[in-house]
Amino acid sequence: MANQKELCLSGKGLTKIFGLGGRKTVAVDHVDFDFYKGEVVSIVGESGSGKTTLAKMLLGLISTTEGEIYFLGEKRDIRTHRKKKEYWKNIQAIFQDPFSSYNIFNKIDTVLLDCIHMRGGSRLPRAKKIEMMTEACSFVNLKFEELTNKYPFELSGGQMQRLMIARIFLLKPKILLADEPTSMIDASSRATILDYLMKLRNETGMTTIFITHDIGLAYYVSDSVYIMERGRFVESGTADEVILYPREAYTKRLINDVPKIYEEWDLSTV
Amino acid sequence: MKQIIQQIFRSGKFIVGFSIFTTILLVVIVYPLLIPDPPLNIIGQGTFFEPGIYVSVFDSISSPQYTLNLDEAAAKRIASKLGEEDRLAIKEWLIASGIPEGEIEIENTEKLLDQWFENYDPAKNIPGMTNAKRNYFIRLNKAITGLLSDEGMSITVKNAETGVLEEKGTIVPSAYVNVNEVPNVRVLPLGTDNFGRDVLTELVAATRVSLQIGFVAGIIATLIGLTLGLLSGYVGGVVDDVIMFITNLFIVIPSFVLLILISFSIGQDQRGAFTIAMVIGFTSWVWTARAVRSQVISLRNRDHVNLSKLSGHSVVHIILTDILPYIASYVVMALILQISSGILAEAGLSILGLGPRTTEVPTLGLMMNWAMIYQAHILGKWWAYFPVIITIALITFSMNLMNTGLDQVFNPALRD
Ligand SMILES: Nc1ncnc2c1ncn2[C@@H]1O[C@H](COP(=O)(O)OP(=O)(O)OP(=O)(O)O)[C@@H](O)[C@H]1O
Ligand SMILES: [Mg+2]
Repeated sequence: MANQKELCLSGKGLTKIFGLGGRKTVAVDHVDFDFYKGEVVSIVGESGSGKTTLAKMLLGLISTTEGEIYFLGEKRDIRTHRKKKEYWKNIQAIFQDPFSSYNIFNKIDTVLLDCIHMRGGSRLPRAKKIEMMTEACSFVNLKFEELTNKYPFELSGGQMQRLMIARIFLLKPKILLADEPTSMIDASSRATILDYLMKLRNETGMTTIFITHDIGLAYYVSDSVYIMERGRFVESGTADEVILYPREAYTKRLINDVPKIYEEWDLSTV
Repeated sequence: MKQIIQQIFRSGKFIVGFSIFTTILLVVIVYPLLIPDPPLNIIGQGTFFEPGIYVSVFDSISSPQYTLNLDEAAAKRIASKLGEEDRLAIKEWLIASGIPEGEIEIENTEKLLDQWFENYDPAKNIPGMTNAKRNYFIRLNKAITGLLSDEGMSITVKNAETGVLEEKGTIVPSAYVNVNEVPNVRVLPLGTDNFGRDVLTELVAATRVSLQIGFVAGIIATLIGLTLGLLSGYVGGVVDDVIMFITNLFIVIPSFVLLILISFSIGQDQRGAFTIAMVIGFTSWVWTARAVRSQVISLRNRDHVNLSKLSGHSVVHIILTDILPYIASYVVMALILQISSGILAEAGLSILGLGPRTTEVPTLGLMMNWAMIYQAHILGKWWAYFPVIITIALITFSMNLMNTGLDQVFNPALRD
């Protein structure tokens, strides 16, 4: 896929320890990685393996205990609010739980307006803003006119997550971190969400880091795969390498846990 | 927002609490408009006049007189004049005269008097009767007959020049005045206190001042607690450590003790009601700060806050739009609690004699303090303290009810 591989985001010895002394949890334990521009990377691991913690470190939402993050080849510097804001123009996220991703006191337009403002569009005429929001909504097959003046709780989980994609559509970041975007919504809307996500990534070519516990899904969408077990990357490589020829017992177990939805793989041989 | 308010007003507990509280507020506002007397005016010469309607005797005499012939009048007059002691003495005489004890009812004035007239004989001696007792019986008999007579009294006025008493008129037992025609009638629904002040007027003024103290103290405590709680909860790190250190200091020293120490060191004449309110506010923010902090800590890692950060919002913006609305209901409830505990704190301080200085305004606590110093509770002058207790109880009760009501709306798990 990425022939002329250009580094986008990488980490060296990245570690996160929660708590102090006897009660400390090593959530992420010295992980190294290189994510290349335009790639779709999957991070696969069980619940509690530290995927969300890693994502939050990458996003700069929590501090790192140890290790460095490099963005576009340079050491990431987000020590001031201004630098953070600049960084967040480049890296965005869709969170695991759409129901807790929204401020319940704000109308839905606020979320989209914030994106326009973040992209420097605060001074645009109101009509232009509405046009942009309408376009973003129709990208994920939502009707903006029906959403204005609504509050988040008036939407379904699927609609909320689609709106999150519309948000990314407006922000056009270089990197998108999608943290299990479909795990909290009903099975029937999952495929749609994934479709919109992939459509957006194909149109914008943004680097997409896809976090999931479903290794089948990872195989389906990604170029390279990182397998995470208790805070460590135990195996990584292209999707084919890792999933068709897994080396680690943990990876094999993850593969075996997946019901055989993808008939063409013959997993019984593994 | 509108929905929340509708829900609040559907909560029975809130409505009851709110009605009681607004009634108190209304009385406090309307009463001074109707009766604009200064609340600390001393009107009664003497202490603890009983609740009742006070009619000017002087004005009654010069008011138009009407004759009403009422059968019961004389009996009622005697009944009210005949004390417990007199009745027991009559009983003693009757028993000595051979009337069985079972037939004597000392509360039934009419029957008692009938028996008295039948059996009393000034010439008769009952065994073991002292001379003094004998004279007492004679006086008692005279008094009773006097009250029953139709003679009336004469009103005399001293002539300014000669000094001679001139008769102006007579008042017969069947003479009445119409209270409406007496120019000076004062209703004292709760009597007067130890100083001779109208307790009701004083109580209304005291309630107003106490509510003000509660509001000022509550708002100060809530503002301090909220600000510190938000800062230490959201910013964390060193800020959190410093704030928590101060907070823990305040927790180690019980706030009421601190309150006593500060009030004491301020000195009696520096302590106005407002100063007391501020002192109460400054010593009672601790629990609000801690509670807000823990709420903020659980909120600051929520995804909606993360999303707001990713949207480039400043810390202030996030605190105001993504944190504050989520804890607003909680803060309102804390405020209500702080107000009612501020009122209680003032009462506690004043009872100890550390309340606002006593010369300017009454407060509920000061009224309790006065009633206690003048032993109203021992003397049985209930009107001097009981209405105060009821008022304090009603205010706290209504505020706590509102709080429970709000809690049920905001925490659906508590709904019944
Ligand atoms: N704020 C925190 N404080 C303390 N421990 C934490 C915190 N956040 C996460 N952890 C711990 O870190 C470990 C990794 O958690 P994390 O949320 O990253 O897992 P995850 O892989 O995203 O799991 P899931 O698939 O359930 O989302 C867990 O043991 C968790 O208990
Ligand atoms: Mg997670």
